[in-house]
Amino acid sequence: MEAEITLQVDGIPRTLTLDTRTTVLDALRDRLGVTSPKKGCDHGQCGACTVLLDGRRANSCLTLAVAHDGADITTAEGLAGRTPDGGLHPVQRAFLEHDGFQCGYCTPGQVCSAAGIIEEAAAGHPSGATGNLQTEGGIELTDAEIRERMSGNLCRCGAYANIVAAVRQAAEAAEERRGGAADPGQPAVVDSPTAASMPAHPEERP
Amino acid sequence: MTNLIPASAIGTAYERLDGELKVTGTAPYAYEQPVERPLHLYPVLSTIARGTVERVDTAEAEAVPGVLTVLTPETAPRLADTSDRELAVLQDSTVGYRGQIVAAVLAETPETARQAADLVRVRYAAEPFSAHLRADDPALYAPEELNAGTPTDSSQGDVEAAFETAALTIEQTYSTPAEHNNPLEPHATVAQWDGTLLTLWDSTQGVHAVKGTLAQVLGLEEEQVRVIAPHVGGGFGSKGMPHVHVVMAALAAQCTEGRPVKFPVSRQHMYSLTSHRTPTIQRIRLGAADDGRLTAMSLDIVEHTSRIKEFAEQTPAPFRMMYASPNRRTTTRLAPLDIPVPSWMRAPGECPGMFGPEVAMDELAAAAGLDPIELRRRNEPETDPETGKPWSSRHLMECFDLGAERFGWDRRVTRPRSVQEDGWLVGMGTASAVYPFMRQPSNTARISYEQDGIYSVQIGAADIGTGAWTALTQIAADALRVPIDRVRLGIGDTRFPAASVAGGSSGTASWGGTIIAAAHAFRADHGEHPSPGAATEADAPEDPEAQDFALYSFGAHFAEVRISADTGEIRVPRMLGVFSPGRIINPRTARSQFLGGMTMGLGMALHEQSILDPRFGIFVNHDLAEYHIPTSADVLDMDAVWIEDVDEHAGPLGARGIGEIGIVGSAAAIANAAYNASGIRVRDLPLTPDKFLA
Repeated sequence: MEAEITLQVDGIPRTLTLDTRTTVLDALRDRLGVTSPKKGCDHGQCGACTVLLDGRRANSCLTLAVAHDGADITTAEGLAGRTPDGGLHPVQRAFLEHDGFQCGYCTPGQVCSAAGIIEEAAAGHPSGATGNLQTEGGIELTDAEIRERMSGNLCRCGAYANIVAAVRQAAEAAEERRGGAADPGQPAVVDSPTAASMPAHPEERP
Repeated sequence: MTNLIPASAIGTAYERLDGELKVTGTAPYAYEQPVERPLHLYPVLSTIARGTVERVDTAEAEAVPGVLTVLTPETAPRLADTSDRELAVLQDSTVGYRGQIVAAVLAETPETARQAADLVRVRYAAEPFSAHLRADDPALYAPEELNAGTPTDSSQGDVEAAFETAALTIEQTYSTPAEHNNPLEPHATVAQWDGTLLTLWDSTQGVHAVKGTLAQVLGLEEEQVRVIAPHVGGGFGSKGMPHVHVVMAALAAQCTEGRPVKFPVSRQHMYSLTSHRTPTIQRIRLGAADDGRLTAMSLDIVEHTSRIKEFAEQTPAPFRMMYASPNRRTTTRLAPLDIPVPSWMRAPGECPGMFGPEVAMDELAAAAGLDPIELRRRNEPETDPETGKPWSSRHLMECFDLGAERFGWDRRVTRPRSVQEDGWLVGMGTASAVYPFMRQPSNTARISYEQDGIYSVQIGAADIGTGAWTALTQIAADALRVPIDRVRLGIGDTRFPAASVAGGSSGTASWGGTIIAAAHAFRADHGEHPSPGAATEADAPEDPEAQDFALYSFGAHFAEVRISADTGEIRVPRMLGVFSPGRIINPRTARSQFLGGMTMGLGMALHEQSILDPRFGIFVNHDLAEYHIPTSADVLDMDAVWIEDVDEHAGPLGARGIGEIGIVGSAAAIANAAYNASGIRVRDLPLTPDKFLA
């Protein structure tokens, strides 16, 4: 069975007719030639396919494209070129400086995940490493928070020590741009997902 | 002895030159290379471990719209050479292991191919099989030699007599499980025929190795095969030699009238199709005098192999050269099983072969009442114990001394189970690391001066995440005495001259040494001001004097372990590796190599085991949800440092290779720390919580 859908991919509307069994990841890679998100397991176990789906990070291999007609998808390729100076996203810059990768296959997923967690924490979404769930406002991205939130993104080259350092630097820079305190109203990067764009935490939804 | 090349770009911590492509996801990996109108292949795998395929019913599968054909042992094109039974796909009806390809669907879309594969009906005649590694298996045999040409057995002096009379003895059996390489990029091949020319976009550690093997198997001239792999998403050995999927893709593409065939191996299928590390059983005996000096040491190893193709891991190699003892012996025996074919995984030989022995040394230190570092100091050999050759550069104790100082080793409490904090048992451990220097022959580099004032440097090497794109550019720049932006490197394509596989930590020395030779030849031919179009090719330099030395890198691992006294949960809050690897080309990427090896060693210590069910002959935990590798949350305070030394026998670079030493000994350091924390000596990996709840 086929269906026609439109996906907003890295800012460009893409209309296609596809097999309803096609995942978002396969739609991007096989149908649209957008190969920035990677297929490492096809089962949501490795995180290499992570994209920002309507502003939140998602395993694109675990969700069917037909269920996301009209959705906005940002890949690591799309994150680049959206900073005011048109260069790499600060997360990507930090990954280069800290050598937060080796083979690069998990990297686009790591980058999207990192961009996602910076905004999630600013929006006050807790993780398994969050001590006080009653805290108002943003959550500071300590190393423990970064490690916990990034643990859905596997890296077989073992670049974790450098990935955490890179995310820490990018998170600190984002906080600085917000003026010290986490402020959901000040997006760190143009078109980056913002705390304001984050849907409510599942447990807070009506 | 060779003259070391002066360093300018070498030693500088450049960011990866391919980094921007990697962080944006725009570096094209094998599956992502643009091809026109591809067909998609999905395999059907055997559900028996041994026997024959009696009948393959493809009618239902072929009736699915969008299916081009279903290849079976009866319909698949013939190969020219079927002597390698791992690669002889669909050439006859025999089944050698569970998870072997017995049919393959070609279809217009991946979804259709997979659906149709599910509709292929296969009838088997099953035969009795064996898939259980046992140290007392009567079928155990001695292979002719081990991997890398290592002798199967070794013996010096009289181990039995020395062991009988030794003041201190350790006699224990250690074991390591089967493991899977699991590079994040699954193995993938895209194959396309253009008349009699075959192009393969493959995820491989060596394009020329794939070309040579495929030409042989398909009965082609090597010139008829082109292999392309500019970016490779990890390999760790499993992409070192072509596995069956490459042949399958090439064979299937013969049936498509020139349309390309894409065969991405699924993560699950990698567990049977693209190799694994053998489990090992290591029986160790150490005899020593009261002062800890070794008088006898023996290591008897049992490993498995596949009955259809032998792989004999060189697990005893490090035991033979690591410590001094007049009486020494090793043996290696293989159990032939009806299982998928094992092969290389990061530091084959050294990695498992430094687990048992380094834990045994920790046990001997405890028996002798010595600090584990002091025990190793007392057993430092003046020359290679087996060959008598002088060390070109052995700085093991300097690594231990620097590491001990940085790690705070003096705070370690010798008596095990002495430190408890908030319900956690805390301890420290250490172990040695070693890796041999290897430089491969069969390398050629081409240098040409282009119209735009750029030096084009070409060699069919591979960057599997090692940083070769960057390191080789740095080496070429220094060899040509120009800035790195005047160098344009070409690797990952058989159109570039022959290069050895990215394996054995040999890439940088082998390819880099050849680039240096080519640069010197280029300057000799064309001078400092060449005309556009000037070009020179040169082969790898020879260094016969290196034969007279024992060339190894050394290192020392330190680990702190915390074990929950109530649950057995084990955490590794700190790891430090100190290495003596010769010259470092790029400190930024080198540190990542060491940390990556140590992280994989952490996985080996705590998580990784491929569980082969002997009732079915299948690796049951065949995905990343059940085969656990370290995650971000597992890696806490981890660091790697190095002592640079000048090794004038390790080629013109003086770099001995860094891709594997980080994993060697790291699991032993963690196991030794776990003993210091808990008082429980775990001798079989991984160190799962149940083992601390005695």
